[in-house]
Amino acid sequence: MTQFLNLTLSGISTGAIYAAVALALVLIWRATRIVNFAQGAMLMFTTFLASVVIEAGAPYWVGLLAALAGALVLGVVVERVLVRRVESAPPLNAVIVTLGLLVLLEAAAGMIWGNTPRSFPAAFSIQGFKVGGTRLLFSPNDLFVVLVVLAVAGGLALLFRMTTLGLRMRAAAFAPEVARLQGVRVGRMFTIGWALAALVGSLAGVLIAPSVFVGPNQFDSILIYAFVAAVLGGLDSPLGAIVGGVILGLVLSYVSGYEGSALAPLAALVVLVATLMIRPSGLFSSTRERRV
Amino acid sequence: MLEVENLVTDYGPVRAVDSVCLQVEEGKVTAVLGANGAGKTSLLRTISGLEQASSGRVSLTGEDITHTAVEDIVRRGLAHVPEGRGVIAELTVEENLRLGGLWRRKQSASPQDMYELFPALRERRGKPAATLSGGERQMLSLGRALMGRPRVLLLDEPSLGLAPRITAQIMALVRQLCDEQGLAVLLVEQNARSALSIADTGVVLDLGRVVATEDPERLADDTDLRHAYLGF
Repeated sequence: MTQFLNLTLSGISTGAIYAAVALALVLIWRATRIVNFAQGAMLMFTTFLASVVIEAGAPYWVGLLAALAGALVLGVVVERVLVRRVESAPPLNAVIVTLGLLVLLEAAAGMIWGNTPRSFPAAFSIQGFKVGGTRLLFSPNDLFVVLVVLAVAGGLALLFRMTTLGLRMRAAAFAPEVARLQGVRVGRMFTIGWALAALVGSLAGVLIAPSVFVGPNQFDSILIYAFVAAVLGGLDSPLGAIVGGVILGLVLSYVSGYEGSALAPLAALVVLVATLMIRPSGLFSSTRERRV
Repeated sequence: MLEVENLVTDYGPVRAVDSVCLQVEEGKVTAVLGANGAGKTSLLRTISGLEQASSGRVSLTGEDITHTAVEDIVRRGLAHVPEGRGVIAELTVEENLRLGGLWRRKQSASPQDMYELFPALRERRGKPAATLSGGERQMLSLGRALMGRPRVLLLDEPSLGLAPRITAQIMALVRQLCDEQGLAVLLVEQNARSALSIADTGVVLDLGRVVATEDPERLADDTDLRHAYLGF
């Protein structure tokens, strides 16, 4: 029973990270119908930035702020310089551009900071809570991760539902031409969408870094799991990204705990294939697949 | 108010709008009529900036807007209700309305004003626009355009797919807005009879060219023109 509880809590904590990165993928997909394969590399780059700031003697929180600020800039630059040129082009162009950016950022990080993974501090203690003499595999830092991801999801929901900026962003995402006819500067909304996605992804990078360490390729598996979570929840649903992330986190935690961690990638693949076969639009998507 | 001079729009080798000239005065309705493929929608899309003009000039209250961005044309007081109604299905009725007035900030009309104009929308205010009927969507699209208190309104096929009763209501409302608020309307319609019933001027397009610009009565009396281009 304790093992089940531990695996559940661990699954929720890891799932929160997948959810945050999935949320970043969904934000970009909704805005520009592009799957950002460079999301993992972008968050890797900003996590390195935080690592450098912290290693230079600054507090953890300053490192976190540096990562977030760097992510905003990176998101804006990527959208303005690279993505805008392919937004109206065939989808394959965007795939190639984001894959190219992934390779570029990982290579650049290796050249600047080296390829050996380095440790990263946690915001809070990573020693599990003690309940009735039993130490759980769920620490104050895990709790912090879950709360931060919930807060970010809530903040984004408020932004989209309660503000005029959110209304403009949704209009630009759903119907760019109609939005332009209402005076919405659609290009600016896309830029803000990319910046927000980079911000959320960057936050996830800093939160998961104590567990996976920081290296040019350390976040590749996170991106793959986040992609599965986004497809599971529905690529255009922020709520789906959160639920999909947590479900996938739980599934992978149970599989790793009971059957061995080597089977985790296979389990993720099974979830992806099952989703595409049973409900291709995902659990919470507003669009429906067409039967032919 | 709105002046179009020798406007040309090309889609690659195809000329969709060919040297079109027309004017829309304050408080007047100019109806652009013609069969499918006559270039009516392309003309409106070029005026509102959605398509680039190959040559010619569009001016709004004397200011050249030919190569101005869509968003800036909207901010100068031109609203375009596109063909197919253009409501954003995923947003609620009220969100669609609010969207239309965002650029006007505090000078925008309020959704309440639009509910008074279109009472059917009031009870659907919190529902996604996807759940509306065709007539309600047209009302929403028109209401959203009016939220920004435009000076010129471009209406593309407002009667498309609507019952005659709803079409008559919408046409009567457009006429009322012109008379009471001085709105200048450029109305594109295939339903010539309905459009001419409220128009001050009729412009007939064929293969992108203007073939006639007349009073509605004269157009309706010209049997050859009616049979050749207007289908009644």
